[in-house]
Amino acid sequence: MSGKAAGKVSGLQVSPWNLVLLIPLLMLVTPWFNFDKPRVLGLPFFYWYQFLFVIVGVASVAIVYVTTKGKPTVTGKPDRLAVQELDEGENR
Amino acid sequence: MTLAQAPGGLQWTELSIFVLLFVFVSVMGFVAARWRAAASLEHLDEWGLGGRKFGSWITWFLVGGDLYTAYTFVAVPALVFGAGALGFYALPYTVILYPIVFLPALRMWSVSRTRGYVTPADFVRGRYGSPTLALLIAITGIVATMPYIALQLVGLEAVLRTMGLNGGGIAGHLPLLIAFLVLALYTYQSGLRAPALIAFVKDGLIYVVILVAVFYLPSKLGGWSHIFDSSAQALAQPNPNTGKPKGSIVLTSNNQLQYITLALGSALALFLYPHSLTGVLASRGRNVIKRNMMALPAYSLLLGLLALLGYVALSAGIKPITNAATGNADSNTVVPVLFDTQFPSWFAGIAFAAIGIGALVPAAIMSIAAANLWTRNIYKEYLRRGATPAQEAKQAKIASLVVKFGAVAFILFIDPQFSIDLQLIGGVLILQTLPSVAIALYTRWFHRIGLIAGWVTGMAWGVAMLYAIPNPNTHRAHFGGSALPLGDLSIFGWHPFSGSTVQIYPGFVALIGNLVVAVIVTIIARNLKVFNGTDDTEGTDYHADEHDKDLRPIGAVR
Repeated sequence: MSGKAAGKVSGLQVSPWNLVLLIPLLMLVTPWFNFDKPRVLGLPFFYWYQFLFVIVGVASVAIVYVTTKGKPTVTGKPDRLAVQELDEGENR
Repeated sequence: MTLAQAPGGLQWTELSIFVLLFVFVSVMGFVAARWRAAASLEHLDEWGLGGRKFGSWITWFLVGGDLYTAYTFVAVPALVFGAGALGFYALPYTVILYPIVFLPALRMWSVSRTRGYVTPADFVRGRYGSPTLALLIAITGIVATMPYIALQLVGLEAVLRTMGLNGGGIAGHLPLLIAFLVLALYTYQSGLRAPALIAFVKDGLIYVVILVAVFYLPSKLGGWSHIFDSSAQALAQPNPNTGKPKGSIVLTSNNQLQYITLALGSALALFLYPHSLTGVLASRGRNVIKRNMMALPAYSLLLGLLALLGYVALSAGIKPITNAATGNADSNTVVPVLFDTQFPSWFAGIAFAAIGIGALVPAAIMSIAAANLWTRNIYKEYLRRGATPAQEAKQAKIASLVVKFGAVAFILFIDPQFSIDLQLIGGVLILQTLPSVAIALYTRWFHRIGLIAGWVTGMAWGVAMLYAIPNPNTHRAHFGGSALPLGDLSIFGWHPFSGSTVQIYPGFVALIGNLVVAVIVTIIARNLKVFNGTDDTEGTDYHADEHDKDLRPIGAVR
C-alpha cells in the first residue's frame, strides 16, 4: 500500500504538535472544577471554568493547524498558500 | 401575555412572524437547486453532497446547523431544568469534540474524495471489501438517524404547541405535517444545497435569539447570581417520585463519572452519525475542514449559554405545557414557554421561527444522509448492482421522501416518547461503529470478522443495559435514561462493582465490550489465517487534497 507517485504523502504523519489536541480533554477532570465558589458575574465556578475551556479548545486546534501546515511537499508550483498544496505532518 | 394553553389561545403576532419566516426559507429551499448548480443534479455527488465544493463559510453554517439541532436547543435546557449541572455535559461534549475528530475527519475527507465515497459505509466497504460489514454500518446509521429526524419534529412541535396550535388527535399534528411536506419537497428537488442555503438564516436567527435571551432575561430576573441561588433551592426540593433531591447546580459524587462518560461518549459518536459526515464530505478541501474545526466551537459557546436558560426557566417558575396529543407534561416546552412569557410577542415569534427552522435544516441533512446510505449500501449493493449515477440519485431522492414520512409516522402514530427512547438508543448504537469506521481510518489491524463480532456484542449489550434502566419520574420500567448505576453493571451475571451507586453512560461501557471482543476475535482470526478482505484504498488516498492534479473528477461515473 505504499505511495505510488513521487512526492506524495502515504503513511501516517506524526507531528509532536498533534499532542496539543489532548489538552482540551483535561476538561473531563470534573474534580478540578466541581465547585460553586468563586462566582464570576454570578456564574458558579463550575460554569465559567468550562466556558473558558471553549477558548482552550479553539486555541489547541489553532496551534495544531498553524504548526503543521507550513511544510509543502510539492515545490515549484505557483505561489499559493502552502497548506493548500499538500499537508504533510497534520495526520497522526 | 398569557400562556397559550387555553383552546383558541393562538398567539397571532408570534404565529404571523413564524409563518412569514417559514415561507421565506421555503422559497430559499426551492431556489437552492440553482445555487452554484452543476450541469446536472442527477448524481449523488451533486444531490447528496452539494457538488463537494462548499467553502469555509458555507460549511460552517451547514455543519453548525446540522450538529446543533432544534432538539438540542430545546432538550439541553430541558435537561438542566430537570436535573441541574448534569445537563451541562453538552458543553464539554461539544468542546472536546473538535480536537478529537480533527485528524480523523481529514483522513475521511481525503479517502472519500479520492474514491468517491458518499457514506461511512462506503468507506468500510472499500477498506474491508465486505458488503456485510458495510451493510451493518449502513443499517446502524439509518436506525440511529430515523429517530433523530423524528426528534426534530418534537422540537418543531414544541414550538407550534407553545404558539397555541395545541390540538388533540391527528388534527393537532396538522401544522407539523404541512411544515414537513414543504421540507420534503424542496429537499427532493434541491438536495443538500437546500439546507446549506437555509442554514444561513437558521443560524443567524439562533445567534440573535440566544444572545438576546442570555443578556436580557437575567437582567429582567435579578441577575445570574440570583438565578443560580433560586435554582439551587428549586432543585433541592425532593422529587415526589423518588424522595431524593431533583438535582443540584454542581455535580454530585454519583453523577461525575456519568458526566464524563456522557460527554466523551457523545463526542466520539457525533461524527459517526451519517449526517455529520455528510457535512464534512460536502466541503471543498482539507483546509475548509481545518478552519471549521477551529470556528465551530462558536456554536458550543452558544449551546452552553442556552443550557443556562434551563436555570432561567427554573428561576422564573416556568411550568412545562401538557401535550394535548399525549396528555403528558412535555419538559421540552420549557424554553419556548420561557420565551413566550418573558419576551414581547414579536421577538418570541422570531425565537420560535429560529427553533422551527432549526428543526428543518438538520432534518433535511439527516434524511439526505439516510437516503445516501440506503442507495449506496443497500440498493446498489443488493438490489441493483449496475445502477448508474443518475439512477442512484433518483433512488436517493425517493428514499429521502420515505425517510421523512417515516419520521412523521413515528410522531403521529407512536408516542413521541418512543422517538426519545430510540434516539437515546441510537447514540449508543452509532458509537458501536467506531472501530469499523474511525479506527479503520488509521489501521487495518482489526479483522473484519472481529469487527462484526464486536459490533454484535456492543449492540446487544448496549440495548440490554438501556432496557434495564427504569425511570421513576415517568413510572416506566425500561429505557428510563442514560445513567447506569455501576452496581447494576452485569457481565453474564457477574457484578464487578456490586453496590456502587456511581453512574456511567451505557454507550461507553458497550463500546469497551465491543473493542474487547473485536480484539479477541481478531487475534483468533489472524492466527487461523482467515482472509481479511481486500483493501481498495491506498496510503496516499488519506492525504489527497483539493488541488491535487490526479484527483477524481466530481460527479464521475464510477
